[in-house]
Amino acid sequence: MPLLRALILLLVAAAGGAVALTRNPLHQSLGFSFYGLVLALMFFFYQAPDVALSQIVIGAVLMPLMILLTLAKIASRAEKQEGQQQSGEKS
Amino acid sequence: MKPRMRQCMILAAAVGFFILYGWGLLGLPGSGRYPGPYGDVLNARAEFERHASDVVSAINFDYRAFDTLGEEFILFTAVMGVVVLLRRQADETSGPERRALPGRSAPPPSDAVRALALGLSAPLVVFGLYIITHGQISPGGGFQGGVILASTPLFLFLCGDYRQFCAITSHELTEAAEAAGAGVFALIGLLGTWAGLAFLQNGLPLGKTGSIASSGTIAVISFATGIEVCAGLVLVLMAYFDRVLVIREGGS
Repeated sequence: MPLLRALILLLVAAAGGAVALTRNPLHQSLGFSFYGLVLALMFFFYQAPDVALSQIVIGAVLMPLMILLTLAKIASRAEKQEGQQQSGEKS
Repeated sequence: MKPRMRQCMILAAAVGFFILYGWGLLGLPGSGRYPGPYGDVLNARAEFERHASDVVSAINFDYRAFDTLGEEFILFTAVMGVVVLLRRQADETSGPERRALPGRSAPPPSDAVRALALGLSAPLVVFGLYIITHGQISPGGGFQGGVILASTPLFLFLCGDYRQFCAITSHELTEAAEAAGAGVFALIGLLGTWAGLAFLQNGLPLGKTGSIASSGTIAVISFATGIEVCAGLVLVLMAYFDRVLVIREGGS
């Protein structure tokens, strides 16, 4: 059990580091989802199954989804502004 | 000169931070060792005093119910903040579906995704309700069950589109459920004071340990919290979906 815990802590550190070092927000949100799953596993191995249950949903599903939706909104807005600039240059 | 000075400052700050951090880490109790008395006391007594075999739920919804009431209203306020922040402004219109460029329309979800999401949604509802209603017996409770329950509409969104998501989730009903969940929690405490007990004191019959109808107000508060958490999360999701997929900024 201590070996397993050490392993999962290393995995958490690796996943967290990977998320922090990713530059592209889209890739980052997907990595964040994986990080949420690893964190849930860690809670489980530290005998907090109830925390793990909410962590799976919040950390691995809902948070990345909100980030993805925000990115989609930003992308659509940038696209629109680009289109306006192009039509402005034409006229 | 200036970047060099900056480097020196960050180095000094980092060294100071790690010295203090390491000092703090050395003072921590070992992994799995709990120094305080309260956890052990509650672990030994909660099952006899409250007939709840999940001590975490007994603490959340009984011994420390007042703190949980505060937490629940933090969530309530946060949901309200998100909904207000993402609402439709006066100069924005709720347009039709975003028109795709020719040849760039999003592919529909694959059959595998649809089958999996549809197949999982019904067990998820059951699992969420199970976690909510068995909070006093086994690990779980209102918060955990609520978030599991809230992921069900998400699965249906995955296998369809936003219109189908809207068709099965009524905005008014979700709002009412959230308000009712938060209100019932406070109301239970107030009813207790009306009956002559302390605020949020466990005044209902405790029942037989290990059955669903045990632990008095713990089960009731857990259920109310589950409804509130689920409805709150669905409201946040709806606000996000609305903002991204429906609302158009003015001027077009």
